[in-house]
Amino acid sequence: MDMGSIGWALGGGALIGVSASLLLLFNGRVAGISGIVGGLLARQRGGTAWRALFVGGLLAGGAIAYVALPARFDASAAPSLPLVAIAGVLVGVGTRIGSGCTSGHGVCGVSRLSLRSVAATLTFMVTGGLTVLVVRMAGGVG
Amino acid sequence: MRSNLVQGIVSFASGLLFAIGLAVGGMTEPANVIGFLDFAGDWKPALAFVMAGAVGVTAIAWRIVGRRRAPICAQSFTVPSRRDLDARLLGGAAIFGVGWGLGGYCPGPGVVALASAAPTALVFVASMLAGTGIAIAWDRSRRSAPTAIASADEPGQVA
Repeated sequence: MDMGSIGWALGGGALIGVSASLLLLFNGRVAGISGIVGGLLARQRGGTAWRALFVGGLLAGGAIAYVALPARFDASAAPSLPLVAIAGVLVGVGTRIGSGCTSGHGVCGVSRLSLRSVAATLTFMVTGGLTVLVVRMAGGVG
Repeated sequence: MRSNLVQGIVSFASGLLFAIGLAVGGMTEPANVIGFLDFAGDWKPALAFVMAGAVGVTAIAWRIVGRRRAPICAQSFTVPSRRDLDARLLGGAAIFGVGWGLGGYCPGPGVVALASAAPTALVFVASMLAGTGIAIAWDRSRRSAPTAIASADEPGQVA
C-alpha cells in the first residue's frame, strides 16, 4: 500500500469520525448504521425522523460519491448473488442480535473503549477472517 | 422547534459525510474488506487505516462529551451504558462477522453502494433488511410468548 492510498484511507476514516462526532455532540446519538436502520424497521418510537434523515444523507452521499469516484464502487470481488443474499441475512440477523456493526461497535464503541464494543469488534474480525480463510481453502466463491 | 430543525440538518449532514468517508476510504469495494480479512493471503490494510482515522477523531468527541451535561441540540445523550459481556452480544457479532467476510459488505457500505444500483448491493441490502426483520420478529415473539411455552424451552438455551 503506497502513501497515497494510506492518505485516502486515513482521510476517509477521518470524515467518518467527523460525521460520528457531529451526530454525538449535536444530537447525542451514536452513529451505528445497523442500529439506525434497525430502529426504522422496528418502528422504534420517538426517533423516526432523525434516523430517516440520516439514511437519506447516506443515500445522497452515496450518489455524490458514485458520481465523483465510480471506481470505488467496484463490486467484482463480491461472491455470486445467492451467496451475497446469505451474507446479507447473516449481517442483518447478527448486527441486530449483537447490537451493532463496524460503525456502532467498531468506530463509536471502540473510540470510547467500551468493553462490549471492543469484544464485539474482535469477535466479528475473527469470524470474518475465518470465513475468508474457509472460502479461500474451498477454492474461492464464484 | 428550532433545535428540531438543527437536529434534522445534523442527521442528514452526518449521514452524507459518513457515506462520502466510506467511499473515499475504499470501504464500498468488497475487495478491500475481504482483502483486510484475508490475513493468510494478499493482505490489504486499507480498512485498518480507515478505522484508525475514524476512531482517532471520534475519541476526541467522546472526551468533549465527558465534559458536557447535554448535547448541543438535544436534552440528553442517548448512548449505551451496559458493560457486561453476554452470549447474545458475542454470538450476534460472530454471525455478523461470517456474513461480513462472505459478502465483503457491512451495513454502511451496503446502503451507500445502493447508489451504484449494482445487483450485488441491491441483493445485499434487501437480504440484510430481511435478516434484521427476522431478528426483530424473533425478539418480539420471545418477549410476548406465554410462560407455559417459555417454560417448555430447554434449560441452558442461549438467551
